[in-house]
Amino acid sequence: MQTSQLDRRAFLKVSAIAGGGIMLSAFVDFDGAPDANGVLLNNARADFTPNAFIRITPDGKVTIIAKNPEVGQGIKTMLPMIIADELDVPWSSVIVEQAMSDQAKYGQQFAGGSTATPQNWDPLRRAGAVGRQMMIAAAAQKWSVPAAEVTTDAGVALHKASGKRATYGELASIAATLTPPDAAKVPLKDPKDYKIIGKFTAGVDNKAIVTGKPLFGIDVMVPGMLHAVFEKCPVFGGKVVTANVDELAKEPGVKKAFIVAGGTNLSGLLSGVAIVADTWWAAQSARKKLKVTWDEGATAQQSTVSFAAKAKELMAAPPLKMLRNEGDVDAALARSAKTVDAVYEYPFISHATLEPQNSTAHFHDGRMEIWSPSQNPQPGRQLVATTLGIDASTIDIHMTRGGGGFGRRLSNDYMVEAAWIAREAGAPVKLLWSREDDLRHDFYRCAGHHHLKGGVDAKGNLTAWKDHFISYGTGEAFSSSAGMGPNDFPGGLVNDYNLSYSIIPSGIPTGPLRAPSSNALAFVMHSFIDELAVAGGVDPLAFRMQMLSSVGTGAKSTMDVERMRGVLQMVADKSGWGKAKLPKGRGMGIGFYFSHRGYFAEVVDVSVSKTGVVKVNQVWVAGDVGRQIINPSGAEQQVQGAVLDGISEALMQEITIEAGHTKESNFNEYKLLRISQATKVEVNWRITDNNPSGIGEPALPPVIPALCNAIFAATGKRVRSLPLSKHDLSWV
Amino acid sequence: MKVSFKLNGQPKSVDVPADMPMLWVLRDVLDMKGTKYGCGVGQCGACSVHLGGQLRRSCQMRASTAEGADITTIEGLSPDGSHPLQKVWQELDVPQCGYCQAGQLMAAAALLKTKPKPTDADIDAAMERNICRCTTYTRIRDGIHRAAAMSNAD
Repeated sequence: MQTSQLDRRAFLKVSAIAGGGIMLSAFVDFDGAPDANGVLLNNARADFTPNAFIRITPDGKVTIIAKNPEVGQGIKTMLPMIIADELDVPWSSVIVEQAMSDQAKYGQQFAGGSTATPQNWDPLRRAGAVGRQMMIAAAAQKWSVPAAEVTTDAGVALHKASGKRATYGELASIAATLTPPDAAKVPLKDPKDYKIIGKFTAGVDNKAIVTGKPLFGIDVMVPGMLHAVFEKCPVFGGKVVTANVDELAKEPGVKKAFIVAGGTNLSGLLSGVAIVADTWWAAQSARKKLKVTWDEGATAQQSTVSFAAKAKELMAAPPLKMLRNEGDVDAALARSAKTVDAVYEYPFISHATLEPQNSTAHFHDGRMEIWSPSQNPQPGRQLVATTLGIDASTIDIHMTRGGGGFGRRLSNDYMVEAAWIAREAGAPVKLLWSREDDLRHDFYRCAGHHHLKGGVDAKGNLTAWKDHFISYGTGEAFSSSAGMGPNDFPGGLVNDYNLSYSIIPSGIPTGPLRAPSSNALAFVMHSFIDELAVAGGVDPLAFRMQMLSSVGTGAKSTMDVERMRGVLQMVADKSGWGKAKLPKGRGMGIGFYFSHRGYFAEVVDVSVSKTGVVKVNQVWVAGDVGRQIINPSGAEQQVQGAVLDGISEALMQEITIEAGHTKESNFNEYKLLRISQATKVEVNWRITDNNPSGIGEPALPPVIPALCNAIFAATGKRVRSLPLSKHDLSWV
Repeated sequence: MKVSFKLNGQPKSVDVPADMPMLWVLRDVLDMKGTKYGCGVGQCGACSVHLGGQLRRSCQMRASTAEGADITTIEGLSPDGSHPLQKVWQELDVPQCGYCQAGQLMAAAALLKTKPKPTDADIDAAMERNICRCTTYTRIRDGIHRAAAMSNAD
């Protein structure tokens, strides 16, 4: 086994494969791994972790292992593209194989935080380039010619002078005996020579998807497998007191029904009733006869209505804590030519992955074998180990494709439930949540309330910004993904700035949802900016440009204002911002946001009928994620998907809490965007000389305020709360 | 009860509860996993199949009504993934997570049978009941138009 340093944060391992061939593994240090609650720790550093696994076997097959979970973000296609291009093999010869969850072998394996691109762009190119150099060295040795005279083309090494040629397959076993070159110095391709990177590349699972092959967690079949449903207390954190499990066990097809005591951790195994049957339908049918007495607990007192009342009360009181205070905001407000005072609010919303939560588990031969569409299987392994009292090393987790993730599958509650139920049932069990279970037991995007005060001077420049943020949590701690930090926008961009918060005590489980916190904060901040621009009599684009040109004197914003101005100007140019005089009932709105290292500015063109029906005509996007769009197909998909997802959230999504439980039960009550509402989304890339970053999330936040600002431009009605479906937007 | 029907051209016979939805007969009894569960109440279209050539939600179809029926699922849309829609879906890279796509394809195939050259309004009307949570709707629309052009050129 030979190793080579990739850079100061990575190295490469080369080993021979039994039976012939070569295996290359890149070990890469990175940041941004999620914790057990799925919260991304932005500055946490893990140990060197292997990212790339390339196998070249004598038969010429190039296999690239996809180590991360695929939930629709396109990583199973995009990461292998990077390796294949530098390795110089044709994309059509590459086989992509899904890895098992195995921390010792693959290090961190998760899908979250738009992290795959920034973490892998450099190391994976170097891993591919080292592989290519080793094929050249092997050919040079085989033919006794200088390596400098060997070239490669599409998986073949060539010696021009002698006309000799050998496939990588033929060279793999020799290459495996060689010392790899210094990866930090290995020559990388000139981007103009890319054959795969930057080219429209279709998903590697597409054929299986369009022909209905079993790919997803819900499709797992194990011989002798039974099917389970699990009824938890509708009130979050409630417990079973009694249940008619003996009666249920007599229902047709039911093999077992039992109470699970569970614990108090909302993202762990909770109390409930498991029904195990020979088909899922039998289990679900028996469930209709379930009679449970619940101990609902304290959360039963909580509701959307009581939260709103509490928010109002907290707004009138001094804040619990200060997050950032610069200059003298009250004095600055007092001397402002105009001030705006507004309350902004957004609801809880659900992930609603189309594949409901599920896992399959089989406890056999002293080992727990699990199949799961988790986005974050490694904390799942720990959760199962702790909850079942078994050693983590005895748990094997197969990672299946996930039917959507959006952050929901960063938690592993469904995994631990399946493991527990399977062990109790003494058989392999697939646990599948119904849609109702899924909507009612989510880790919701947290609701929030902001009391904002802002000012502008006589020239219409921003003078002061004060935000009393009312969030949810316990004591001084925010619920998961429900917080704000001192560097959140517009912190650092306003000299007289004050951000404080208070907490509504809440037992509602929350967690990261696509562009966590940004998906709510962008709406609040950029809608309020629009109000200030209007108050100052300044064009909303010009007002934002001015904001981005006057960086605060305090701690600077974490955002590169120049890059943001770049996308803002680009989207203005592409959309023809300010060029056309639009009739009443039609308007354009603008917004931008920096999240997950990505810079996005968006313009929405909207029509609102006299009766208040909103129709989005078009969205223009300008994005800056660095110097290279790796897969233009996947990139466009992620951006269009994020934008339409944002419109869907803004138009109609809301989870209502009543007496401690979720009121909405299915898609008739929790509505999602349909094809007739899917507008044209024009995606424009601003290529800048920065390292490439991810695109699963950052395109979502700006579209929500851009839409609301467009509605204001069309109707004169300012939207200060979501969803839009609750507003009367009619006009005369 | 005993129910006999044709599935993707093959005769099948199952013994299942009369009220068991065909979705679960397909998935759990016959191990045909292409047809997906999304909502169970006919709201999302993930379970779409063809019944005698007509689009149906298999979650809303009781096993007892399947006697003598001719059912086509995504596995039977073509023998080898060569239906124009399946080809276009791959080329255009329509799927994101891919979970809804069996239902989208069955709905689109039913549409093209009745309207070989659908307009955008036809597509809206026919595809409105199929949710794509990833919202890859633009490519679904483009894919239907492109498949229609291909079929008409044949």
